[in-house]
Amino acid sequence: MTQTNTQNPEVKIAVRNLNFFYDDKQALFDNTLDIIANKVTSFIGPSGCGKSTHIRCYNRMFSLYKGHRGEGEILFDGENILDPKIPELELRHRVGMIFQKATPFPMTVYENIAYGLKLHNKYPQSELDDRVEKALRDGALWDEVKDSLRKPGTALSGGQQQRLCIARAIAVQPEVILMDEPCSALDPIATAKIEELIDELKKKFTIVIVTHSMQQAARASDFTAYFYLGKLIEYGETQSIFTSPQNKETEDYITGRFG
Amino acid sequence: MLNSRAARRQFTNQFILILSTLAAVLGIIMLVWILGDVAWRGFSAMNWDFFTKLPVPPGEKGGGLANAIVGTLLMTVTAALMAVPIGVMAGTYLAEFGKHNLFGRMVRSLSDILVSAPSIVVGVFVYLVMVKTMGHFSGWSGAVSLAILMLPVVIRTTEEMLRLVPDEMREAALALGAPYWKMMLQVVFRAAKNGMITGIMLSVARVAGETAPLLFTAMNSPYWMESMNEPMANLTVTLFNYAMSPYADWQQLAWGAAFLITISVLFVTITTRLLLVGRSKH
Amino acid sequence: MPAASTSKSGFSADQLFRLLTSAFAAFIAVLFIVMLAVLWHQSQPSIDKFGFSFLISSDWNPVTDQYGALIAIIGTLLTTFVAMFIALPVSLGIALFLAEIAPYWMRGPVGTAIELLAAIPSIVYGMWGLFVIVPIMASSVEPWLYHHLGFLPLFSTPPIGIGILTAGLVLALMIIPFIASITRDVFLMCPQNLKESAYGLGATNWEVVKDVMIPYGIKGIAGAVFLGLGRALGETMAVTFVIGNAYHLSWSLLAPGNSIASTLANEFTEADGELYTSSLIELGLVLFLITFIVLSLAEIWLHSGNKKRGI
Repeated sequence: MTQTNTQNPEVKIAVRNLNFFYDDKQALFDNTLDIIANKVTSFIGPSGCGKSTHIRCYNRMFSLYKGHRGEGEILFDGENILDPKIPELELRHRVGMIFQKATPFPMTVYENIAYGLKLHNKYPQSELDDRVEKALRDGALWDEVKDSLRKPGTALSGGQQQRLCIARAIAVQPEVILMDEPCSALDPIATAKIEELIDELKKKFTIVIVTHSMQQAARASDFTAYFYLGKLIEYGETQSIFTSPQNKETEDYITGRFG
Repeated sequence: MLNSRAARRQFTNQFILILSTLAAVLGIIMLVWILGDVAWRGFSAMNWDFFTKLPVPPGEKGGGLANAIVGTLLMTVTAALMAVPIGVMAGTYLAEFGKHNLFGRMVRSLSDILVSAPSIVVGVFVYLVMVKTMGHFSGWSGAVSLAILMLPVVIRTTEEMLRLVPDEMREAALALGAPYWKMMLQVVFRAAKNGMITGIMLSVARVAGETAPLLFTAMNSPYWMESMNEPMANLTVTLFNYAMSPYADWQQLAWGAAFLITISVLFVTITTRLLLVGRSKH
Repeated sequence: MPAASTSKSGFSADQLFRLLTSAFAAFIAVLFIVMLAVLWHQSQPSIDKFGFSFLISSDWNPVTDQYGALIAIIGTLLTTFVAMFIALPVSLGIALFLAEIAPYWMRGPVGTAIELLAAIPSIVYGMWGLFVIVPIMASSVEPWLYHHLGFLPLFSTPPIGIGILTAGLVLALMIIPFIASITRDVFLMCPQNLKESAYGLGATNWEVVKDVMIPYGIKGIAGAVFLGLGRALGETMAVTFVIGNAYHLSWSLLAPGNSIASTLANEFTEADGELYTSSLIELGLVLFLITFIVLSLAEIWLHSGNKKRGI
């Protein structure tokens, strides 16, 4: 049973009948949903339910691995990004991704941010500096690192590293940011900072976040999708999902009777 | 959608990927080429005489390398008998007591350095302390040189394999009231046994193909050995002498020796690797 | 690590066990020191006679009893340099191929094949070089270099097949599999997450390798390179067959030469006279010290970073 939100005209990503396979094993079944622009959409569900697999289709990250393939349509501003004709480099420029574990590159704080920028364009040094600063400000990290831009990125604390990765992703000005359990390795204070940041970021970006924490989904997102065993069970506005779930399974999950 | 910058990046990418693939293809070709040559030319030198007869002077037909085969085996086994107990004990120290202290770190670094130390210098050293004092070349001194080369490898393998045994297992044994040495002998060594045997076999394979340290220690001999206390025939030095000789018959035997050494070394390496993989599939 | 048991019955036995193992550990340190001391002591006649000029004299003449190590040292360094020049890019290429490019079904078998190449004894490389590579070098590669690049001092002597270039090439073949397999292991240790982050920004395979994987594993790779360098410097058999064993100083890679190890292999058993022998021993000492320095650097690199070492 899937539901599609059709009230809002600003659909950023329209997923239609997405099926996903690891070799012969099917991991996603007929997922259909709309991701709304400039909103935060969270994906919840028990481990192994396919929520990570699902968002890894949005930037075609799965294409790195043998035997991973997606079928169906993912319409990004109307264009089907599963079509191999869409170049990956360009797609990933438009869709940023944050991982569970912070992944600072083996370079300085500054270079970490500048790296993505330099991949896609050539900037004069002064403009590069400006953009790095802006990204760090947008990532709510500037005040903490402005004196240690030349230190290695790995020298930052866990929460700072994760915000560094967010800043790195937004530096290239993507349209969509995917976050795969971005806070699961962080303490509550660092988590709160990131959630605040997410709330700020949705003014400019469309955000999709996979989370294990129901509270986080309730706190931070506008829309929530519940996945189970590769199927999209229920999808709708966060408030209605959490207060009046339509589906028995969803209700069991969010009330903690299962999972 | 592809702008020119992206196109250029893609092009560089493809270019490097192709170069890298070519490098790998080149590597494979070399392997096939070397192995093919050695097998092709060496196999034709193989016959019953090769394994059972003594070498004959150039010009005479026939002859084999029976004494060299036995000599190499004898010296390699003797070397292992010397190096393994010392190496296992020293490796045990590194893994159990010398993890972080200065002495442990020093021994570890020295072993690492000696693993790649020039083997010919080891030959010179053993010549000076054994051959020169005894007054003659000998199988013993050859075995000692090989043992010196094996030793650091055995030490490091032992250490690495013992470290793979989880501390919980040690604690569980100690919690039962076992003294440390009994816990080591009865539990930890047993748990690390396969890995240690694998490492030791690989080090044996490595020294079995060594030539340089034997040149001035075991030297070589055309005769059957009466004891380890005399110059001793061995495959690698024989190979060296025969390959450098101008006689086609000898060169033919040298290819045979190369073939025999190579397949023996590869056989031991492959079998032990298979055992290792079968044991710890990650 | 749990501390040694202190129960009454086990105390002395455990102390003994620890003492025994540390004695054997000390053995390797003692061995190392004794080796250095013996080589040093036995080099004394040569050190007394020639002093520092041993290292900078190119005169190696058993007839006049004059010995200088320069030609052998240069030969060692040149062959190693040629070997590294060829081996570095090729090994990196192979490692990259095995870790990132090759189809999955190919990675295991090809990786194993490369590791097996590293296990083949060096004398087999040397012999194969003599009978297979030398004729090819003599008939086509070197004449081409001589005719087209002969104006460079590097290729200014007539091509004869054996010589520094061929020795370097055979050495390269020997160390390529070694460096390649360690480097591949280093590449494989790069966390998948980190690579995905770079791909997620829109980086190409090569950009991920160059900007993320190589910097991430740089210490391991440097360690591998230094280890390969150490092997190349001290290698005897792969070089002795094809280097030509000649004593004249030339900048040409096509000219025959000598390395420290090949000099020892060829002359040590035939040396008569105290000075001759002791000069050869001093050569050995020099080689030992050079490799010691290089390998110590490798050790420092490997230990300050991620480690994984082939056996």
